[in-house]
Amino acid sequence: MTDTNHDIEQPDGRVPRRVIGTPSPATGTSLLGTDEHHAEGVADVPGVIPQNEQTARKGERVAALCFTVTFLAAVAFVVSYVAFQVGDVETTQVSTLALGGSLTLALLALAAGIVVWVRMVMPKYNLVQERHPMASGPEAREYVAETFLQGAAESGITKRPLLRRTLLLAAAPLGVLPLVLLRDLGPRYSDFPSKLRHTVWGEKTKDGKNRRLVVEGTGAPIRAADFNSPGGILSVVPEGYEHDLNALAKATLILIKFRPEEIKSGTNKNWTHDGIVAYSKICTHVGCPAALYEQTTHHILCPCHQSTFDAADGAKVIFGPAARPLPQLPIAVDNEGYLVATADFAVPPGPSFWERGDAEAEVRENGGHA
Amino acid sequence: MSTGTVPKPIAGTSSFLDDRLGAGNFLKRNLRKVFPDHWSFLLGEIALYSFIILLLTGTFLTFFFKPSMGHVVYEGSYEPLKDVTMSEAYASSLHISFDVRGGLLMRQMHHWAALLFVAGMMVHALRVFFTGAYRKPRELNWLIGVGLLTLALLEGLTGYSLPDDLLSGAGLRITEGVAISLPLVGTWITFFLFGGEYPGEDVISRFYSLHILLIPGILLALISAHMVLMWVQKHTQMPGKGRTNTNVVGAPFYPAFMAKAGAYFMFTFGVIALLGTFAQINPIWLFGPYTPADISAGSQPDFYMGFLEGSLRLMPAWEINVLGFTLPLSVLIPALVPMGIIMTGLALYPFIEQWVTGDRSEHHVAERPRNNPHRTSIGMSAITFYGVLWLLGANDEISSFFHVSLNWTTYVGRVLVFVGPLVAYIVTYRICLGLQRADAAVIGHGVESGVIKRLPHGEYIEVHVPPNEAIEAHVRGKTPVPMIAGTDADSDGIPPKGMRGPLGKLRAKMSKAYGGEKIALDDGHGHGDEHGEHAEVGPGKDDKSLTH
Repeated sequence: MTDTNHDIEQPDGRVPRRVIGTPSPATGTSLLGTDEHHAEGVADVPGVIPQNEQTARKGERVAALCFTVTFLAAVAFVVSYVAFQVGDVETTQVSTLALGGSLTLALLALAAGIVVWVRMVMPKYNLVQERHPMASGPEAREYVAETFLQGAAESGITKRPLLRRTLLLAAAPLGVLPLVLLRDLGPRYSDFPSKLRHTVWGEKTKDGKNRRLVVEGTGAPIRAADFNSPGGILSVVPEGYEHDLNALAKATLILIKFRPEEIKSGTNKNWTHDGIVAYSKICTHVGCPAALYEQTTHHILCPCHQSTFDAADGAKVIFGPAARPLPQLPIAVDNEGYLVATADFAVPPGPSFWERGDAEAEVRENGGHA
Repeated sequence: MSTGTVPKPIAGTSSFLDDRLGAGNFLKRNLRKVFPDHWSFLLGEIALYSFIILLLTGTFLTFFFKPSMGHVVYEGSYEPLKDVTMSEAYASSLHISFDVRGGLLMRQMHHWAALLFVAGMMVHALRVFFTGAYRKPRELNWLIGVGLLTLALLEGLTGYSLPDDLLSGAGLRITEGVAISLPLVGTWITFFLFGGEYPGEDVISRFYSLHILLIPGILLALISAHMVLMWVQKHTQMPGKGRTNTNVVGAPFYPAFMAKAGAYFMFTFGVIALLGTFAQINPIWLFGPYTPADISAGSQPDFYMGFLEGSLRLMPAWEINVLGFTLPLSVLIPALVPMGIIMTGLALYPFIEQWVTGDRSEHHVAERPRNNPHRTSIGMSAITFYGVLWLLGANDEISSFFHVSLNWTTYVGRVLVFVGPLVAYIVTYRICLGLQRADAAVIGHGVESGVIKRLPHGEYIEVHVPPNEAIEAHVRGKTPVPMIAGTDADSDGIPPKGMRGPLGKLRAKMSKAYGGEKIALDDGHGHGDEHGEHAEVGPGKDDKSLTH
């Protein structure tokens, strides 16, 4: 049974614990008698509840201490700037700690000082102001409407259609000018999609030979006979384009050595050499390098969105958001035994785009040729 | 007032200015402008001050940063990258980090301030949403806020792409992959953005001018408008003693609010300095220069992009080829739909709510979230939807940390992204009603005093006392959620005008569900008294007819 009518003595704390969102119980009530000593200089205004002088004096001392700390910390900042040089990881660390530490201290001490000032020296406030409706009232609206019509009539824009129409005519192309100016943000040619269909693997070298595959980083060509341990993997770039980021964004390869019996039907065996298969490293989802390879399962994994491809089976998608396999590059060896590309990818590598179409289907129809 | 006279230098300057600007009239009205107090009103200020800190630290960074993708050989003092070919942008970012005193501190503070800026905006927006502070007359300011949030994401994206390290390049590559997936215009947009093929040599200088001039300029203008509207419309206040829809109760701008705001700015600044000093962020020197051929595992964007990353990871591999054209749905849907749902939903919510409730009146007293249970539940569902996507943006980390299958995190995520919001809705709704019931109990029965009393006939009761008046006023600030009056059909079975047709019927139905008093405050009163059996009040044992 509950009961609210029993008049018994209650300890002061018998109110619900304050819940987030509830105002503090003390708000708006002056706990101080009017005859107490107020902080100096506070006028007697309703809704302004002065601090007592003792609290204010204590607040002043604490705030002053905080402000002094800020001063000292700011001096320490300048001293640290001069004292600690930078230049390597260790000295930069020391300098950053000294500068940042003193800056932090200066700012936080200043903040704390002001808070003490507000809470202990300034009065408590419970001021009330009226709100008025946002709308401006019927007279004002009517006046504005009338003035608007009158001004429009005075300007002649309503009754002189020639003026109005030619003004619109004048404004329209002016608005388009900035758009015209932006044309040269893009390249001069407008046949963008064709650029996406080709990579440098399709280009012969200057002396008319097939382009060699080289190891990313070292730039060393790869002798097929040396790349002979099954499960081996290399990140490969086109010779002559090792530092050309535009070329690499489409042409980077992942090169994997299989035992011949491991290769499944999805992989075009004519495009392999002695169990070595080359796939585009650029993920067909949004273009991250699919850089992780799990030897035991032959899975290639893109670390960005976890598209997973089966390298033994034509790099077909087995998990994740990528919709297409990684394109395979036809490779062979040149007369010195180095791996080369015999042709470009049969389908555009990298992320899908509007004009791409089902390039894979076209290749199938044409019997494996683009 | 007996507070002495204005000191001469101040009086002199003021008269000089007033003679020329007439500033006295403005100050007369505004010096003592009242600002209501509540901790949750401070969340937006975090974003505001972070923005100022971003401008300060960002300006410093521009003095040293070179927004160029031209190749240079690094000759600075970070040994491991000496003689490595890299872009000038990356080299100058390294220069800021290792060869400029305070440079690393400013870089880290800038990055932390950016995170705090977006986080501050998000929690502020949630506060405004859950307390209904976006209601008339504040819809325009709410829209400005949605615009600010969108721009802030763009500002962040253009910002973290600038250093041109391997991580920022990965972000740029994903941006390109998304842009190029757009139907019809994708390739055009990409080639125009990058000045040709990806990555080209233009994008960093273009992002730079967007990042330091265009977007911050718009942000600054919108933030100013946001502040001016807040000032003109006066801040909302929480319900409480003496607070009504036609007044505003609190502390004056001068001196109290001004001083508090100053202190709060210093706190924000101090915390960002603290983070910038002790919490390493984006150590670009460890990542190396960008190349499209490499990536490091565990690459993550800044937290505010995490939900897009998660939705990209979650999506099944859908791609449609029609008439020789390709529609990469596995990119388009995750990149556009969640963001579209969240931003459009935020922007339209005030207007949809008005349409559903038929409420066109001004509101200046904030609502406690429990008192509008459907809104609160919708908000919690949205948070859950966002949260699941956000978590899944780190599913590789989750998988390796908890030793669960990576693929299963994705499968579970695909279900959770639909089921989670639904569950959140139901749970939140129940909690809101429970809390309303608890409020009704406080008003009707009073507060448990902890004093057990034995009555003459031997029964034990717990004595309840009336709640403290401030708390009672706060609880009693509740008003029923408005609903369209007279949606019911008349005696001939014909619904009123505007409620006919499928849309009208839907509106009437939604209004009935959304609006109205679910648990009246007086429901807790008197009930149970005659039986006198149970010695406790509060949620749990009330009659079931109150739940929906």
